[in-house]
Amino acid sequence: MDASIYAARRRSNVMATVASYAATGIGLAGLAMILIVLFWEGFSGLSLAVFTQMTPPPGSAGGLLNAIVGSIMMTVIAIAIGTPIGMLAGTYMAEYGRHEKLTSIVRFINDILLSAPSIVVGLFIYEVMVVPMGHFSGIAGAVALAVIVIPVVVRTTEDMLMLVPNTLREAAASIGLPRSLMIRHIAYRAARSGIITGILLAVARISGETAPLLFTALNNQFYSSNLNAPMSSLPVVIFQFALSPYADWQKLAWTGALIITISVLVLSIVARALAGTRKAS
Amino acid sequence: MVDVTWGGARVGAQDAAERARALDKLRLGDVIFHAITRSAAILVLLLLGGVMVALLLGALPALQTFGFDFVTTQRWNPVTEKFGALAPIYGTLITSLIAMVIAVPFGLLIAMFLTELCPMWLRRPIGIAIELLAGIPSIIYGIWGLFVLAPFLQQYVQPALISAFGDIPVLSTLFAGPPYGIGMLTAGLILAIMVLPFVTSISRDVFDAVPPVLKEAAYGLGCSTWEVMRHVVLPYTRVGVIGGVMLGLGRALGETMAVTFVIGNAHKISGSLLAPGTTISATIANEFTEAVGDLYTSSLIALGLILFVITFIVLAIARYMLMRIERRVG
Amino acid sequence: MNVATSVATAAPTHPPIDAAALRDKVAIRNLEFFYGETKALKGITLPLYENKVTAFIGPSGCGKSTLLRVLNRMYDLYPNQHAEGQVQFDGMNIVEPGLDLNLLRARIGMVFQKPTPFPMSIYENIAFGIRLYEKLPKRELDQRVEQSLRRAALWDEVKDKLGASGLSLSGGQQQRLCIARTVAVRPEVILFDEPCSALDPISTAKIEELIDELKEDYTIVIVTHNMQQAARVSDFTAFMYLGELIEFGPTDKIFTSPTDRRTQDYITGRFG
Repeated sequence: MDASIYAARRRSNVMATVASYAATGIGLAGLAMILIVLFWEGFSGLSLAVFTQMTPPPGSAGGLLNAIVGSIMMTVIAIAIGTPIGMLAGTYMAEYGRHEKLTSIVRFINDILLSAPSIVVGLFIYEVMVVPMGHFSGIAGAVALAVIVIPVVVRTTEDMLMLVPNTLREAAASIGLPRSLMIRHIAYRAARSGIITGILLAVARISGETAPLLFTALNNQFYSSNLNAPMSSLPVVIFQFALSPYADWQKLAWTGALIITISVLVLSIVARALAGTRKAS
Repeated sequence: MVDVTWGGARVGAQDAAERARALDKLRLGDVIFHAITRSAAILVLLLLGGVMVALLLGALPALQTFGFDFVTTQRWNPVTEKFGALAPIYGTLITSLIAMVIAVPFGLLIAMFLTELCPMWLRRPIGIAIELLAGIPSIIYGIWGLFVLAPFLQQYVQPALISAFGDIPVLSTLFAGPPYGIGMLTAGLILAIMVLPFVTSISRDVFDAVPPVLKEAAYGLGCSTWEVMRHVVLPYTRVGVIGGVMLGLGRALGETMAVTFVIGNAHKISGSLLAPGTTISATIANEFTEAVGDLYTSSLIALGLILFVITFIVLAIARYMLMRIERRVG
Repeated sequence: MNVATSVATAAPTHPPIDAAALRDKVAIRNLEFFYGETKALKGITLPLYENKVTAFIGPSGCGKSTLLRVLNRMYDLYPNQHAEGQVQFDGMNIVEPGLDLNLLRARIGMVFQKPTPFPMSIYENIAFGIRLYEKLPKRELDQRVEQSLRRAALWDEVKDKLGASGLSLSGGQQQRLCIARTVAVRPEVILFDEPCSALDPISTAKIEELIDELKEDYTIVIVTHNMQQAARVSDFTAFMYLGELIEFGPTDKIFTSPTDRRTQDYITGRFG
C-alpha cells in the first residue's frame, strides 16, 4: 500500500468530516440564535394586555387583540373552505382516478402550487375579489389563505389514502360495497390521523402567512369581526409595526412574532405526534 | 323472531329485488361522489389557470405600454409613470444566488452529518429540529434580520469586508461601501438561513434513499466516509439533490417577508452587494397598497407575473427531477 | 416410493360422491384472462359444484388466484385487466360487461389471504354489510350480527366486547371476523384466497373446520398452496400450471391416482 496516497485520502476525509461538523454546528447555532432572540424579545413584551387590548396608536400602550381575532377568524374560514376541496381532490387522485392521466397532471400542478410564491396568491385574489368588490375585506384574506391550504391538504390526503392497503379496498368490494361508501366509511377512517396531520400542517403554514394578506384583508386598527371590511391579522401587524420607528410598536411586533412561532411549533409538534402514533400502531 | 335462512340460494326473489333497489340508491350516490371529487381535482387545475389568467389580464396594460422595455430598463418612476422591472429582477436573482451559494454547501454538509456521522441517538432530535425550523414563518426570519442581523453586519462585518477587499479589483466593486446594514447581501444571508432547513431536510431524505448495500459495499472496499459520500451517495442522488436545490431556489425567489425587511427597497442596480436594492416580491409588498393609477398597479402585477413564470419554471424542473428519483427508489 | 401410499396418509377419506346429486353452481367455460397483453389464464373449463368445496392448487404464478378473482370480478378494480369466455352463474355470464358488480359481489363473497377487518368495531364490521342491503330494526340487526358471528365460530370469544375495534383481535380471530362479515351479507358462493397462509396452526385448524361446516349452506372455492390443506378440506381439486387447468376431479382421485404426469410431480413435491 502506498502510504502517501493513504495519507492524502485520510486528510481529505478528516477535512470533509470537520467541515460537516462545523456546518452542522454553525447552522444549528444560527437557527438557535433566531429562536433565542425571538423568545427573549417576545417574552419581555408579553402581558395580559396583549390579549385584551387593541393595537395602539404610536406612543401609547396596547395589545394585539384585534389582530389575534382577525387571524383566527381568517384561518378558520380558510380551513373551512380549503379542507373539503383539498380532501375531495386528493380523494379523486388516490381512489377514483388513481390510474388516470388527469391525476398525474393535477399532482404536478398541485406540487407547483404547494411552493408557489404566496405573494402571487395575494395578487390573484386582489384581482378576482378585491377589485370586483371594490374594497379590501376579511373574506378576501380568508380566500387567499384557502388557496394556500388547498395544495397542502390535497397532497396529504392523496399520500395518506395511498397508504391504505389495497386489500382493505378489495375486502370492501367483496361484500358489494360501492366505492363511495368504501372511501367514506373505510378509507377515510383508516387514513384519519394522517389527514388530520395534514390539516394541522396547513394551519401552521397559513398562520404565519403575511404576503397574501397585505392587499386582500389589508389591516384594521380597530376591532372588527365584519368579514366584508378590512381585517387585522397578526402577521400584517407585525410587518407594519416592526418597520415603524416607534419602540412600543416594535416591542409588540416581537411579541406577535413569538405568539405565531409558538402556535406554529405547537401545531407542528402535535401533527408530528399524531403521525407518530399512526406509524406505531 | 325473524326467520333468517342461511344458505344463499334461499335468499328469495323478493329479497333479491330489494337488494337491487338498495344498490340502485347507493350507485347513484357513488356516481355523484365520483363527480364531486373529480370536479374538486379539476378545480385545482383551474386554480393555477386562474392565477395565470388573472395575472396576465392585470399585467396587460403595463405590458402593452412598455412592451419588451419593461424587462430591460431599470427606471421606476411613479410620478412620470415610467416603469421598468430590471432592478427588481436583478435583485431577486442576486439575493437568491447568494442564498443558494451559502445554503447548498451548508445543507449538504449537514445532511452528510445526519446520515453518516451523527450518532444514532442524536439523529432524530436534530432531524426533527430542522424540520420544525423549516416550518417557521418567514416573517420571523425577516424581523430577526431587521433587528439583529442588519445592525450586526453594519457594525462589524461590512466595514471589515470593505477594508479587506478595498484594493482587489473585482471584489472592491462587489463590496463597496458605505455599510448600510440592510441591502442585497443581508437579504441573501437571511434567505440562506431561511432556506437552509429546507435544503437540509430534502437532502437528508434523498441521501436516506440510497440503498444501504451500496454504501456497505463501498465501506467494504475500505472507503472513507467522505469517499462514500463523494463517489457513491452524491452520484447516486445527484438528480434528487438538484431537485431539492431547485425547490429551495423556488422558495428563495418567491420569498417576500424575509427579504422585504432588509433589502432597502431601492430601485437601482448597484455593483456593490452592500448597497440597498429591491426584489420583485419586496417591491410588490411595499408599494402595492400605495400604488395610485392603473398603470402603476398594472406594472406591479406584471412584476408578479414575471415572478410567477420564473418560479413556475424552476419548480417544474425541481418536481421533474424529484419525480425521477422517486421513480427509481419506488 | 409409491405415490399413492405417501399421499393417502395426508388425505382423509371423503364420503363417496354421488355423481347424480351434483349440481353446477358456477360453470366456467373457455375462460381466458389478460393482464394487459399477457395471457394469464388459457382456456379454463371447470364446474364448481353446489355445496361442495373445490380447491385450486398449483405452483405460485399458475393462475389459481387469478381464476378466483375472476369469479367476483375483483380484477375490475384495476386497469388493463380483462377476461374473455364464459362464467355461468345463475343464468348470467359473470365476465360480461354491464353486470352489476356490487350485486354480484354480494352473492359471491370473498375471504382474503391476510385478515382485513375494517377500521371499526367488531359489531360494526358485521352490521355495516347488512345495512347496505336491508333496513332492519335494531333487534333484528343484533340477531343477524350474532348469527353471523356464531356461524364463524367467533361469538363466544367476542360477545362481551362487540364494541372493541376489529383490529384488536388476534390474527385467527380477525380472519373469522372476516368470514362472519362475508356470511352476513348472505352470499351463495364464498371464495377463500389462501385464508390460512398468515395464520398459526391452531387458527388454521379452526378455519378448516369452519369451511367444512359452511359447505352445508354455501358453495366454496379455496385457493391454497398447501396440499395437505387441499386434501383435508376439499371435495374436488383443480390442479393448475402456467395458466392452464391440467387436471380436475374428486380430491381423492387427484391425490391418489392423478392421470397427468405434472399433477403427479407436483403433489409428490418434485416442483412448486
